[in-house]
Order: sequence, then C-alpha cells, then structure tokens
Amino acid sequence: MVDNSELDDIPGTTVFTAERSRQGYHLNQMCMSLMKAENRDRFHADERAYLDEWPMSEEQKQAVLDRDFQRMLDLGGNVYFLSKIFASDGLSYVQAVSTMTEYTVEEYQAMMLAGGRSPDGWRSKSERPS
Amino acid sequence: MARITAGLTTSHVPAIGMAVDLGKTEEPYWQPVFAGYEWTKKWADAEPPDVVILVYNDHASAFDLSVIPTFALGTAASFQPCDEGYGPRPVPVVEGHPELAAHLAQSLILDEFDLTLINELDVDHGLTVPMSLVYGQPEAWPTKVIPLAVNVVQYPAPTGRRCFNLGKAIRRAVESYEEDLSVQVWGTGGMSHQIQGARAGLINQEWDNRFLDLVVSDPEAAASIPHIEYLRETGSEGIEMVMWLIMRGALGERVQELHRFYHVPASNTAVGHLVLEPVD
Repeated sequence: MVDNSELDDIPGTTVFTAERSRQGYHLNQMCMSLMKAENRDRFHADERAYLDEWPMSEEQKQAVLDRDFQRMLDLGGNVYFLSKIFASDGLSYVQAVSTMTEYTVEEYQAMMLAGGRSPDGWRSKSERPS
Repeated sequence: MARITAGLTTSHVPAIGMAVDLGKTEEPYWQPVFAGYEWTKKWADAEPPDVVILVYNDHASAFDLSVIPTFALGTAASFQPCDEGYGPRPVPVVEGHPELAAHLAQSLILDEFDLTLINELDVDHGLTVPMSLVYGQPEAWPTKVIPLAVNVVQYPAPTGRRCFNLGKAIRRAVESYEEDLSVQVWGTGGMSHQIQGARAGLINQEWDNRFLDLVVSDPEAAASIPHIEYLRETGSEGIEMVMWLIMRGALGERVQELHRFYHVPASNTAVGHLVLEPVD
C-alpha cells in the first residue's frame, strides 16, 4: 500500500496524488473545457447548467460555484486546472492563490516582494499551532 | 558527430512571458528579472546552437488528465504556441529537429528510457518563456528545438536520480548522431514556489542557493534529493527542479559555470538561472 503520511504532514499543502487525480478527474476535465471561448461563454451565462453537464459530485459543483479554491483542491482539483476557472474570471495566479492564504491580495503581494513566505514553521504539521 | 556544447537552467514563470509580450520589461518590478538575463542574451546571440533539447513541463495546456506521460519527446517538425485560455503568446512557431528527435527516441528507448513520443504538440509557457528570456523577441527563433515534456503536475514526478540518468543517456544518444551538430540542453522550471493552499507563497532562498551550488559542483548529491525534501523545503511546485537534473546529466561530470542569477520574486516564484559548459 502506498504510504502518503509524509505528504499529508506538510501543512497548508495538498499534494496532487494519483488518488486525488482520480477523485478530481471530471472537475479537472471540466476546467480544461474552459480553454475554449465558446465554453467560457456558456459557463458564465449559466454556471449551474454548465456544471450539470459533467459527472462531478455535488460538492465539487458547489465549490466551483462558490469559487472556493481550497475546497476544490480538497475534492481532487489541481491548481493548474483550476487556473482555467480563475483566468476566465479575469484573475491572475497571485489574485486567486492569495484567497487560499491568511492574507488579502495586497498583503500577499507585499509578502512576495519582501522575499516570500519563510518555510520556518511550515515544514511539518507538528510545527503548526493547533 | 553531434556534441553537447552547453546547458542552461531557468525558471519559466508565465508572468515573465506576459511582461515580454506586453512591453513591461523595463518596469521597476520586472527590470531586475530581465537584467539577470542580459549576459545570457549576448552569449546566446554569439553562439546559437543548431538544436536545443528543451526540458519543460506542460501546465494543463496540451496535456489534460486523459493521458499523463512521465517523459514525452516532441518528434514533430514544428510546434505551435498553445492557447492557454487567453490566446496564444505572440511568439514565433517553434521549429523542431525531427531527424535528431527520431534518433534520440530510438537510442533512449533501447537505452531503457521508455519515452512517450509526440508527433503533434502545442507548447505552452513552460517552453516559450525560456526562449523569450534567452532570445528576446526575434522574427524567428535562431535555433531548432526538441521539446522534452516531463510530468511534474501529478505526483509523483520522476525522481531526481531518474532525471539525472536520463540526461546521461541523452548525452550518449547525442554523441552517437553522425551529423556535426551543436546541441544544448536546457532544464527549466523552479525554483522554490507554491501556488496552492494556506502555505502558498513559500520561498526558500537558502535551499535554492544551495541547490544552484549542487547542480554545478555536486550533481550526484542533487540527484539524491528525495521528493519529500523538494515538497517540504521548496513548496509543492518546487519539485519542477528535478527537470534541471536532466540538463546536468547531459553535460557530463565536470562543468564550468559561465553565469548565475537568482532573484525573488517573479509573481509567486523564485527565479534561478545558470549557464554551464561541459569540461571534457
């Protein structure tokens, strides 16, 4: 049996394993469909109807409707695929990624300009305050 | 006989490509990034190779989840820039070298590296941003390119050791090609970055700089770094750096460092860049 305990020990991180890829297959393939302009138009015209065309779980559909990127990761999404959703909303990686952190976009950008997030305290869940 | 004449590594952040395409390279945010490639551009213009074997990863552009090749070699005559969802980058078509690619395919598979071969491939920012950083905005790229796409999106990526050994096999394959060609190998991606989850924005300058040293002087040690170390220390997307080891394996035991650059940040990412020459 594959042991992913070390991967799961990294705080604030969802490693996109084969198992998560299986779970998120239709969510991620739906994201890929947004590479086409006509699909983006249909998606934005009626998101619920567009998502209902895909064999995704209800939780996955709701996470997309809510633009809850962390929830999408938890349900098997991968950020390179999810980027098709936020790009179609007109958001950059920095804008979308910052929503998964404790910071506002401006605070996140300031952190990056100051050298980024230090790995200290973020290597293992055992280092995080509970 | 074909020879590997140089190798380079560079990050391939998509926002760098946008800065080039939108004419923002002199803006205060971007100027320090592009300044780090000025030396490289002069060097590259002086000695363009015949072919670049360009190691990169696709970012859910040409490959979706229906097929996930670990190593995929582009054997076509040309490769179009991908539409990544906001129109293709305004860069020249990438011309391939199908004869050398066919030779590499045969040599590498018989050398026990079971590559996927791709005759139709659009290339995304992972490949075209390094081209822009090194060659700027020419009418046509001055060199032919053989894309080598590596899966680093779905875990696990190939190990650093496997990548290093593939690089060594690429060297053997190139040196067994009869035509007198100058070949460079580029390893792209990295350095530390994480673009997902509560830990997003992670940068590890100390680790990155040690890795730059190891790639130059102790690639065996670099090849021994396990995946969990990349993930913990350099962020979930830092694992792209295994692709640098393909370049390093292809250069042979000893190299001379011609140029080095490191800068934080470009978007969410630490930018790292090396230009190396093999020492025979």
